[in-house]
Amino acid sequence: MSLQGKVALVTGATRGIGRAIALSLGEQGATVIGTATSENGAAAISDYLQSAGIQGRGMVLNVTQESAIDAVVTAIETEFAAPDILVNNAGITRDNLLMRMKDEEWDEIINTNLTPIFKLSKRCVRAMTKARWGRIINITSVVGVMGNAGQTNYAAAKAGVIGFSKSLAREVGARGITVNSVAPGFIDTDMTSGLPEAHKTALLEQVPVKRLGEAEEIAAAVSFLASPLAGYITGETLHVNGGMYMN
Amino acid sequence: MSDIEARVKEIVVEQLGVNADEVTADASFIDDLGADSLDTVELVMALEEAFECEIPDEEAEKITTVKEAVAYINSVQS
Repeated sequence: MSLQGKVALVTGATRGIGRAIALSLGEQGATVIGTATSENGAAAISDYLQSAGIQGRGMVLNVTQESAIDAVVTAIETEFAAPDILVNNAGITRDNLLMRMKDEEWDEIINTNLTPIFKLSKRCVRAMTKARWGRIINITSVVGVMGNAGQTNYAAAKAGVIGFSKSLAREVGARGITVNSVAPGFIDTDMTSGLPEAHKTALLEQVPVKRLGEAEEIAAAVSFLASPLAGYITGETLHVNGGMYMN
Repeated sequence: MSDIEARVKEIVVEQLGVNADEVTADASFIDDLGADSLDTVELVMALEEAFECEIPDEEAEKITTVKEAVAYINSVQS
């Protein structure tokens, strides 16, 4: 239980990778606050945490609202303690070929997948600095490194996350805070289940492991980076993609 | 020395890990006391906490010595 006594904030924890991360950090002993965009989602998070015997609960957070970010972190500080571990996981896709991409599709991705990482990190890093310990783990994507047709917006945001993480890692390294990215490949979640079967088959041909990844396999990488033993790893992007891309 | 000045010096000694006799009113946190930019941000955080005030970023940038810190705190407390 290497995360005993730590408070972890995981955004977008209703399902998929975020849910697996919340459970994994909780199993390591952390108190976990998972966020969802709806009351129902937050209640579902509270339920699964409770069933797993994990301390913490779900909270409603729309990461695109700055005032909501401050309110949620303040609520966590009051009810539990300032987050020691921040996992920026919440994300969406709005795929389209560039020539057809609408301004709104671009803006929504940047506003949801990139800007909140800046705002949440800024809000949480003060307390981590004081504590001389902290972990910020940002979920990026193999697409941010390789590119993917139809995802110029998503790839730009995810590449931005990597650059952000490296820069912040340099700023706060001397304070015992590490900042890393985890880059999932093709993972079996709602985000990928909507892809056409032919597209899936073609994608799997590029994956040496020849299967989709499991959300738990991403969560394991996140839990490792959150652990005290990972204190000498910072600014790194940990690829979990079945060999689809090798750094 | 005012109470505020004494308290500010104490905080500077603690935050920057320097000797009290180095912390003169005019000593520059960065040039004389070896602080880096992140140290100065943390110093401002510590001052905010000690004096229960909020120092806006544009004001914080102007606080580079003990004297300037004391002047700012006096201005908001009066």
